[in-house]
Amino acid sequence: MSPARREASTSGSSTEQVVASATTLSAGRIGTIDQLLSAKEIAITCGSGGVGKTTTAAALAVMAAVHHGGRVLVLTVDPAKRLANALGLAAFGNDETEVPLAALAAGAGIRPKGKLVAAMLDTKQSWDDLVRLHAPDATTAQRILANPLYDNITGRFVQSHDYIAMERLYELHSSGRYDLVVVDTPPSRNALDFLDAPARMAEFFGSRLLRWLTMPYRSRLVTFASKPFTQVADRILGSQFLGDIAEFFTLLQSMESGFVTRANEVGRILADRRTTFVVVSTLEASPAHEAAFLIDELGRRSLHLGALVLNKVLPSTLLDPAAQRAAAALDERAEILAAELAPLAGADPAQVGRVLVELARSFHDLRLAAGREAEQRLELGAIPEVTVSVPYLAGDVHDLNGLLAIGSRLWQ
Amino acid sequence: MPTPLLDRRLLFVTGKGGVGKTTVTAGLALLAAQQGRSTLVCEVDAKGTLAAALECGPLAFTPRPTQPGLMAMAMNTEDSLKEYLSLQLRLPLLARIGPLARTFDFVADAAPGVKEILTVGKLCYEVRERHYDLVVVDAASTGHIVGQLSAPTAINSLVQVGMVRDQTRWMLDILDDPASTGVLVVTSPEEMPVNETIELVTRLRAETKVDVAGVVVNRVLPELFGRGEEAVFDRLRAEGPLAALVDAVGPGVGQVLDAASLAVDLRRTRAEHLERLRAELPADLPLSFVPELFGRQVGLRSTMQVAQALGEELL
Repeated sequence: MSPARREASTSGSSTEQVVASATTLSAGRIGTIDQLLSAKEIAITCGSGGVGKTTTAAALAVMAAVHHGGRVLVLTVDPAKRLANALGLAAFGNDETEVPLAALAAGAGIRPKGKLVAAMLDTKQSWDDLVRLHAPDATTAQRILANPLYDNITGRFVQSHDYIAMERLYELHSSGRYDLVVVDTPPSRNALDFLDAPARMAEFFGSRLLRWLTMPYRSRLVTFASKPFTQVADRILGSQFLGDIAEFFTLLQSMESGFVTRANEVGRILADRRTTFVVVSTLEASPAHEAAFLIDELGRRSLHLGALVLNKVLPSTLLDPAAQRAAAALDERAEILAAELAPLAGADPAQVGRVLVELARSFHDLRLAAGREAEQRLELGAIPEVTVSVPYLAGDVHDLNGLLAIGSRLWQ
Repeated sequence: MPTPLLDRRLLFVTGKGGVGKTTVTAGLALLAAQQGRSTLVCEVDAKGTLAAALECGPLAFTPRPTQPGLMAMAMNTEDSLKEYLSLQLRLPLLARIGPLARTFDFVADAAPGVKEILTVGKLCYEVRERHYDLVVVDAASTGHIVGQLSAPTAINSLVQVGMVRDQTRWMLDILDDPASTGVLVVTSPEEMPVNETIELVTRLRAETKVDVAGVVVNRVLPELFGRGEEAVFDRLRAEGPLAALVDAVGPGVGQVLDAASLAVDLRRTRAEHLERLRAELPADLPLSFVPELFGRQVGLRSTMQVAQALGEELL
């Protein structure tokens, strides 16, 4: 049975789902990701790099579009090529592209209730759009876009991606065109950077330093307080570069009110009750450490932690003592067993013996890894009520059916 | 003939998040130290993972001894600036001027490449002064390494005059010399890390003059079955042999067989990604392999195992 077909036969109709999930509800608490997403308008996946954030975001969006209906948008940052292709995102750009869910219907006998739209984050284009939006006039916009520092700042800085992701999220949500927006967060040095990005942006425009930087360069030379800096900066950077900086920041300042208002609104949407955060991790030491930190931090900021998704989890059956005993016996009695099994399997006894020893060794390796994962899960400590594990899948996800298969795991 | 990896003076280690970049960096530095080279290892994104890999307590800008012949430090651009200013401008009091530091911090946040140049500058300085035989850097991840390494060039073109421009010149002499400097890309045989590695090698070659010295493939799974053995494994799972196995060692054998099947699938998928990596990387780029360490957390023991695996590959 294909994963999608299995999914179709187990998930049943939405009425069944509602009834089933209602029974698991205790005192109005949200018990599954299914319920979580039906109650929220924005879901943000976060966690450290390489844990499957993008795939998780895409799978959640596919599930919501198929089962909840309405219009669902998934905003991805840096999808793998085949995943991007699966979502119909062939080229980079901010365009919103409808994902052909009909392909699912044809392949797996699923009738999607809603529409799925995908968009990719184009940082450069988004910054350009913002500048055009907030600049007082077209000439100023042009001068900013042409400034050599502008390119460097928008293109190079991690923080600029963080802010832009949240800004796009705000824009898409407030367009009123979508019932649910699922957004993947950019890879950053610190998984919290994107949370701080709007406040930092507002702070940046409000800072005394920006005002100082934008003072005409000459008058600054005579300001007593700034003298040591100016002298040193001049020797280090050269006055021409400082002049470039001053010009750039003067231009930027002309956009202050627009940018600050917007950044505050973007910050507010993160704390809105319609927004939820889905922390994604694996059970390896450093991603799990990051996840624990993120969970604490969301709590500290009173942001809504909706769920914890643990990806690439090894099967718990690896820790079964009966399996361990069987593996040990295979290793110890390989030769005797091989003689017995060889005629049944129609193979050379020596070869069967080697296979049995290999089976035991391979089991032992994976059991060690599974044991480590179990320990890691304990160390995660206060994990949220909705915690879902997705098993280690051998293949990579590169089509809608694959996303649906992962999604059905997440839904449970 | 390219300069052997450990005979260079400055090695930047990069890679996608989650592939084990820090462990490989620590392993490489440890290997160099074990080979009798006085080595400095530096963590650029102060996350504390390098300290965990070496089990040496928190790292700071001032290097501390960890293993014999191995010093370790964490980069801090503010300290780097202070050191630079006191060395270059001979203004020892400067370190005490708080507002200046804060001001610079702000400029460093906003102006392109300032943090990068302070980072790369400090590392190049250690190389120029010959304080160590080798400096190994746990550098920025794949998304930011090009920016980090091209900062001196970028500054050179943005800043027309001044001390910084003079300073970038000698940095470029070190960075652009393949006998001195190399970048090592760490990856794992999975889809996204392989994609990013292929893209990164292309970008590094196109956008920087820094020599790409090699690719380290981490977490390579051992071959489970030899020639013809997989067919035997399949036959053992047929009804007759399976029943005999259950009789002999108990019903738990089903889970042992499932685990082997998972291992075979994983190994096969990873082998495909590895093939793609080989096919799409330039043929002259050396690949080294580090096996998956199943039961190990990040720590000195796994760092030593990585060092040993790298030693077998590189020496």
